[in-house]
Amino acid sequence: MIVGTRKPLAEIQDMLKGFDRILLSGCDTCVAECVAGGRKEVAELAAALRMAFQMAGREVDIRENSVDRQCIHEFLLDVVEQAESAQAVLSLACGAGVQALAAHLPEIPVFPALNTLFIGETAERGLWLENCRGCGDCLLGLTGGICPVTRCAKSLLNGPCGGPKNGLCEINLAREFNPEVPCAWLQIYERLMALGQLDRLMQVARPKDWSQGDAGGPRRVLRPDQRP
Amino acid sequence: MTLTAGSNLEKILKSGQKAVTCECGPPRGADAEHFRHKAAFLKDCADAVNVTDNQTAVVRFCSLAACTILMDMGIEPLMQMVTRDMNRIALQSNVLGAAAVGIKNLLCLTGDHNSFGDHPQSKNVHDLDSVQLLDCVRRMRDEGKMISGTEVDGRPAMFIGAAANPFADPFEFRVVRMAKKIQAGAQFIQTQCIYDMDRFSKFMEMANDMGLTEKCFIMAGITPFKSVGMANYMKKFVPGIIVPDEYITRLKGVPKDKVAEEGIKIAVEQIQQCLEMKGVAGIHLMAIEWEERAPEILKAAGLLPRPKV
Repeated sequence: MIVGTRKPLAEIQDMLKGFDRILLSGCDTCVAECVAGGRKEVAELAAALRMAFQMAGREVDIRENSVDRQCIHEFLLDVVEQAESAQAVLSLACGAGVQALAAHLPEIPVFPALNTLFIGETAERGLWLENCRGCGDCLLGLTGGICPVTRCAKSLLNGPCGGPKNGLCEINLAREFNPEVPCAWLQIYERLMALGQLDRLMQVARPKDWSQGDAGGPRRVLRPDQRP
Repeated sequence: MTLTAGSNLEKILKSGQKAVTCECGPPRGADAEHFRHKAAFLKDCADAVNVTDNQTAVVRFCSLAACTILMDMGIEPLMQMVTRDMNRIALQSNVLGAAAVGIKNLLCLTGDHNSFGDHPQSKNVHDLDSVQLLDCVRRMRDEGKMISGTEVDGRPAMFIGAAANPFADPFEFRVVRMAKKIQAGAQFIQTQCIYDMDRFSKFMEMANDMGLTEKCFIMAGITPFKSVGMANYMKKFVPGIIVPDEYITRLKGVPKDKVAEEGIKIAVEQIQQCLEMKGVAGIHLMAIEWEERAPEILKAAGLLPRPKV
């Protein structure tokens, strides 16, 4: 799923300066799972904004809406209709959702309420981890199901580097992390050992073709078999 | 003697004599005089002088420029390159440029993470890792081809080195990773700063058992302690270093004005211990911002004068 966090209230208020009728639009899939932009968070943000505007002496009409997937156009019909009476839309979706909604509302500004962060998993309650960078050329079959591109701080393909200590990545020495960041290559090493595949680590991994990832310009998937 | 680059360092190592390299870091500004001043202390002490490449991810003047300054001073440079800040286009370009100006020794590194440095907001690159850079330089030199397969017009004659850290996790994999670097193209290895002698000795035993010391020259990395504070800092904050408490106790046990001397004494002992280990081909002395003390350390360790080859 896509993981994001909500922007500070002050930044959001600043973006909405000068608008008196605002529609908040949540997304009930990924960003609901990471407790940042689902129906519940829309209600919370709406309440917080109402109070903040009131304290600032402004009368602002704030409406709420949420869809199952803001990144899929079919889900947007309802919110587009509701947005027509608003002066601005504040989307609590990921960046893809914000843009999909904006594409449907050529005359109404759409603002992002979240900072979109990464493709990740819910590791524990209240802890989300980045574990895929969408590099376009998946190596998980070679690395014991643990992604070095994403989970190694240096994206090494021939790790581990000289930095890990007590099972932890060297970046823990530069900055405080709680919980601490493990060395992904140590995890790969242990996993491959358990699988009896340590010999994999003896081979030199050749330079990766990053053009399949974000180095190749905006990416797209075109499936002729799926085209109308 | 078959030589790949014909550098002084390569000749000394291949002649079977114990080699010495020292480290000299460029300053955080364009002050070439300061760099020349530090390097001058190392002139007759080292077979080649390592020039660091934005070490600890802190901006300094570039390694390639500093290497040319050393050559003008009659000092053989050993250029360090990290893969953190440049993609394969820039890395290969720098290798070719370095060879074109006459640099013959190259150390291929990944580099400390950029969150350690003075620009933690920077975008790090990591297009290649150190093993891939080794492989890339070896192919350019031996096969005349870039990573893309493009022919190079003039092969870079480089004596290629890598780093090894016997003190990082997992210990059993450390020698295997060094073997991987040797397989990729490393002709010599400079280790991380050694303080845990037992662990280094075990590492060397494993390297000997795997036949790696036959294929590659392993130079033991030594960094003298200037103060108790420095020892504590290295123990706590420098990635991949183990500092046994006994050294800190020793430094604390002498009067304050004798701590530096004690640090030097420890470094000399460590050099001698390393040189006694089978398979250690030389010493890499990293006297950080203490270049002026390198000559006396090397002299006391019996490594001066340097041989002429």
